Amino acid sequence: MRLIVHNMLSCNIRGVVNKFPLRIEPEKVIVKEVDFNPDFLKHMIAKIDWKALVDGARSMGYPELPDHPPTTLESDESFLRKFHHSLLELNLEEGSLVCPETGRKFSVNKGIPNMLLHEDEV
Amino acid sequence: MKLKQLEGLLGDLEQFSNPKVELEQYPTGPHIASRMLFTAENSYGDITDKVVADFGCGCGTLSAAAALLDAASVIGFDIDPQSLETATLNAEELEVEIDFVQCDITKLELKGQIVNTVVMNPPFGTRKKGADMEFLSAAMKVASDAVYSLHKTSTREHIKRAALRDFNAKSAEVLCELRYDLPKLYKFHKRKEVDIAVDLWRFEPRQN
Ligand SMILES: C[S@@+](CC[C@H](N)C(=O)[O-])C[C@H]1O[C@@H](n2cnc3c(N)ncnc32)[C@H](O)[C@@H]1O
Repeated sequence: MRLIVHNMLSCNIRGVVNKFPLRIEPEKVIVKEVDFNPDFLKHMIAKIDWKALVDGARSMGYPELPDHPPTTLESDESFLRKFHHSLLELNLEEGSLVCPETGRKFSVNKGIPNMLLHEDEV
Repeated sequence: MKLKQLEGLLGDLEQFSNPKVELEQYPTGPHIASRMLFTAENSYGDITDKVVADFGCGCGTLSAAAALLDAASVIGFDIDPQSLETATLNAEELEVEIDFVQCDITKLELKGQIVNTVVMNPPFGTRKKGADMEFLSAAMKVASDAVYSLHKTSTREHIKRAALRDFNAKSAEVLCELRYDLPKLYKFHKRKEVDIAVDLWRFEPRQN
């Protein structure tokens, strides 16, 4: 699971209010290189929940992102490289995603988060 | 990439080894999958450099097609772990990066406006009535630009009405009618192969 996906996932247990972002408990993180696409990244800055991305990358051992994103105009290549790496190259292979309110853990195996809820949670 | 080339690559993918009847697991064939994604890109620019989600991705044929057409990011969602395992192997085989998530699409809530395009071959609703509509409803909430989906031609009027009236669609258009080969996966199919008419749809969500 890459952080672009983490940025969309939340805990959908019935009645839970504080459901996003899920805290990442990594057991195994791998890095897979992908093509750098600056135009796409500039587009994404405004769409991403920045804090979720920064915290997610930190918990996966990559503390290089600034607390606030630069505006699209001032985003330089060195920033975009870090954004690229965080959003698209860090992969959570094994570990858990934890609901901030209930502590419910969603496990991640072979890179695939299991977001299925139990019957009494829906 | 040329259409024929795309179709050829998709033809080599592994498909469901033990299809589960209740989940309507039949593969989206390379002929349909390649045309679907090719049209989405060449006529509408909805794939290349976009974030694409594949709902009920199964073994990942549509996800793979999106990745091969240079989507910036592709995410496949399915409820069935075995299919997702095959889909992961298919992505590795093609050397494309695809994320997979195990979930029930009908209960999924995705945050934000990150996904541009949803592509899907939902269950046709022959086992669980209304499954096709639940998928469409979910897709319309997630896509910011467009949804591409396959539905039985016999449901055309119903789909159009529901999309415009209930699912917040700005437009709902049948792009073409295709023949869909349902292999004889299931006992209740008497003939060796059942060939049904399906529509390829394009829906545009109203800005949320
Ligand atoms: C017609 S198949 C799609 C095949 C796929 N497009 C391919 O490339 O082979 C429908 C898929 O939807 C999945 N499915 C059925 N119900 C689901 C649900 N509630 N949530 C998520 N996936 C579901 C099935 O496991 C199956 O893989």
